[in-house]
Amino acid sequence: MSSLTEQATTETTVRWERACLITDLFPERGAAALFGDVQVALFRLPEDPAYAAHAGQVYAVQNLDPFSTAHVMSRGIVGTRAGEPTVAAPVYKQVFSLVTGKCLVTADKSPKEGLAPDLAVYPVEVRDGVVHVGLP
Amino acid sequence: MVNSGESQHLVVIGGGMVAQRLVEALRARDDAGRYRVTVFAEEPRAPYDRVGLTRWFQEGPDSIALGDPALWADPLVTLHTDRKIESIDREAKTVTDRLGHVHAYDELVLATGSSAAMPPIPGNDLPGVFVYRTIDDVAALRGWVEQKRKSYPEGKPVRGAVIGGGLLGLEAAGALTALDAQATVIEFGTHLMGVQVDLGGGQALKRLINGKGIGVRTETATSQMKPHRRSGHVGRLDFADGGRLDVDVVVVATGVRPRDELARAAGLPVGERGGAVVDLSCRTEDPHIWAVGEVACIEGRCIGLVAPGNTMAEVVVDRLLGGLAEFPGADTATKLKLSGVDVASFGDAHARTENVVEVVWADPVAGVYKKLVLSDDARTLLGGVFVGDAGPYASLRPMLGAELPGEDPSAFLLPEGGGGAPSLELPDDANVCSCNSVSAGTIRGAVTEHQCTDVPGVKACTRAGTTCGACLPLVKKLVDTELERAGIEISTALCEHFDMSRAQLFDAVRVADLHSFSDIVGRFGRHPVAEPGSAPVETRVGNRGCDICKPVVASILASLGNGHILAGEQSTLQDTNDHMLANLQKDGTYSVVPRMPGGEVTPEGLIVVGQVAKDFGLYTKITGGQRIDMFGARVEQLPDIWRRLVDAGFESGHAYGKSLRTVKSCVGSTWCRYGVQDSVGMAVELELRYRGLRSPHKLKMGVSGCARECAEARGKDVGVIATDKGWNIYVGGNGGQTPRHAKLLAEDLTSEELLRTIDRFLMYYVRTADRLQRTAPWIEEVDGGLDGVREVIMEDSLGICADLDAAMARHVENYEDEWKAVLEDPEKLRRFSSFVNAPKDADPSLAYVEERGQRRPATAEERASGVVIAGPKLEVRA
Repeated sequence: MSSLTEQATTETTVRWERACLITDLFPERGAAALFGDVQVALFRLPEDPAYAAHAGQVYAVQNLDPFSTAHVMSRGIVGTRAGEPTVAAPVYKQVFSLVTGKCLVTADKSPKEGLAPDLAVYPVEVRDGVVHVGLP
Repeated sequence: MVNSGESQHLVVIGGGMVAQRLVEALRARDDAGRYRVTVFAEEPRAPYDRVGLTRWFQEGPDSIALGDPALWADPLVTLHTDRKIESIDREAKTVTDRLGHVHAYDELVLATGSSAAMPPIPGNDLPGVFVYRTIDDVAALRGWVEQKRKSYPEGKPVRGAVIGGGLLGLEAAGALTALDAQATVIEFGTHLMGVQVDLGGGQALKRLINGKGIGVRTETATSQMKPHRRSGHVGRLDFADGGRLDVDVVVVATGVRPRDELARAAGLPVGERGGAVVDLSCRTEDPHIWAVGEVACIEGRCIGLVAPGNTMAEVVVDRLLGGLAEFPGADTATKLKLSGVDVASFGDAHARTENVVEVVWADPVAGVYKKLVLSDDARTLLGGVFVGDAGPYASLRPMLGAELPGEDPSAFLLPEGGGGAPSLELPDDANVCSCNSVSAGTIRGAVTEHQCTDVPGVKACTRAGTTCGACLPLVKKLVDTELERAGIEISTALCEHFDMSRAQLFDAVRVADLHSFSDIVGRFGRHPVAEPGSAPVETRVGNRGCDICKPVVASILASLGNGHILAGEQSTLQDTNDHMLANLQKDGTYSVVPRMPGGEVTPEGLIVVGQVAKDFGLYTKITGGQRIDMFGARVEQLPDIWRRLVDAGFESGHAYGKSLRTVKSCVGSTWCRYGVQDSVGMAVELELRYRGLRSPHKLKMGVSGCARECAEARGKDVGVIATDKGWNIYVGGNGGQTPRHAKLLAEDLTSEELLRTIDRFLMYYVRTADRLQRTAPWIEEVDGGLDGVREVIMEDSLGICADLDAAMARHVENYEDEWKAVLEDPEKLRRFSSFVNAPKDADPSLAYVEERGQRRPATAEERASGVVIAGPKLEVRA
């Protein structure tokens, strides 16, 4: 559904990397994955009707928290804001959309110099129980 | 005259509630120290809450302590107890005490109060006849009743009578009942509490009092008290109508008489019915002598209520400091709870004004009587009486003399929820807090001009509600309305996912017996995507909680005993600290704190901690809570670190949780030359009892072995200080951004009583506090403040103590070390991976520099300039 995701998946330069088995991911709890020097935070939403169309989906965003510069996004609490699946940064509690990466709540802080407030999102595909992440 | 030379000496004769208020007000306002004040009390104790005398039966003298005892430690304040003043020399400006010492004064305040009046009934001097005025009176009464009971065969009741059916008489009857004695109230007039309530109210009151097992005889004059044939003690009352009543004890409560003998002897004018005559500034004929409280004859009469007395005290203080305050007239409004019965009245309760309209609402079955007295056009409020349900009192009393809104004034009397009473818009000059004379306008101003955003803020700013607290519901309403006007959100909703506050949600989860977030959000969550008027949406669609409500639910589930915090769905609710059972630091690593109960650690333990820190390259620091923090541990290292610590006998210190942190202690009587109790032993016991207890915010405790207070226990949520008789407990202290000193909750407890009291205090806090609300603001928000907390946990006024005890017993019984449980469970251990595709690889972004012999995270500049000494992969030894 997300146009961003679609765009990304149609990019010819995407390099698909195998991350883990879907069963390695705890539902509603993130996990970090390391691809060279790139850290990605993976989130698997549960098959819960509360997530509507997002139920059961896996999302990937940058693990770098732009507000603290620590690589900790995978350790945030997952939830919803106005129906949108979100993750909250564990350091200073900014809230980001898991779908678009957009920073929804800045909690009166600015990102560290040179960093965008929104998170980069990465396309995800689950094939035969294996989670793949599309890196630029 | 200000600040020139020596300070002036203010002498206060009398050590009652109004004297206390006067000293309190003076010390609060006299910043420059213009006055030093000496108080001479006839009773052998500091001022106490005379209105609460009945409480003394249940809890002893401490329960009726008044104000902050620190007042009497103020260097500018001297209190002499058991030191009656015998005479005043106005010429020399001195007073002479009972020891013959002469004290000079610059200003003198008479605050001698009243004595109980003894009517000239034959037999009033028999053994077994008491008055009800001081702690000593109450103590004597109790001793008598207990002695009588002992002399009787088991089961035979002690029979008591109270002569006088006013406020004090009903208090005394309640005291007799509390002593398990029978009580009959004898009233000469047509009904009970004749001064405050009308006949209808008195009759409703009689039914309610009867319902408490207390007999009432009205329109009955006592003609004599007859001695018992053998004992010579009082044995029978004879009434004018020929009736009789066998008794073992009699309390006479027919009225009080002002203690104006000093004023008379000094030649000061006294009123027709006694009392030192004062003008509206509370000054007597002598410009340096003032009178306040019950001994003052103001506007031609003496007033036997504490609120007007407090107002007089404030007036005198203002005058002493050069102000021009005047007594604004007595607010004789009364609201009290007698043996559990609500009684309130204000204004012209007896409808003595001409051409008034009375609106009455009565429910004789429920024992409720409510009346409004209105002007003849039924619009202006002139008075009111409330018996059995004082609900409307708080909002109606300040409307005295104002027009009531709406068409039908009777709407204000209907039971809550049944009425639709129009909301009241108080005029700015309406007196909301009569104890401290705070108007509605002042309270509004606190919000609009002084940026107060809650009731505690307004209390601190205006003093409204800080004395008796009866007006707090109204203060809250005014504050909420003002905030709403200012567009400030005052919703108690946790977040967009729950409309409830934490306390409401706690109760809901407990009562509905729910054990998972999914069930809780399904049952109590909001419909975030349901538009008004749209088709029904399944409750949970779009609502899966957030970083605010999920940790709250996690804490509630933990408090209610739902197993390990990382079990199943619960693990998804935890903040990263609880999830990793460690404290997140700025670079994404964690710190590790093993528990050291009471700050006690063996040399072997210290060596293990040191060796672990060394092997994993951790920065170490002693915490403020007397234990050791190890910084810089990575997610994947945590289980290895903890395996070593657990093997050495350490367990989780819960430094990561909103839970009990530490119980700090001084070394106590085992080593210290001054310690009177084993403070370390008690601290260890407390820490082991409450370890792992989840709470709305972090909890800290302290135990000091003597009054020197080396453990700084009064800076903790729960502070325990040893006395030579046991332990004093203080609650509501904290350091941090808004430091507070803990306040005395109870004195000289045994160890067992101490544990029970802390059990209940903590559990009550856990259940009812708001999210991230520490104990100090929580206590302020409990109905009645610290007194309210004391009533709930020490007198069981809500009947919940057994439940609180059981909940704490469950906690103690079910405690397990969270870290040990993780190490034993491969599924939980799987969470401690750095990367799902490289579980043991360190975060490559970490960088450190050395400082003072240890490492710390490199700053951005240091990273850029390349002075970094160690990346994460430079492992020392694992």
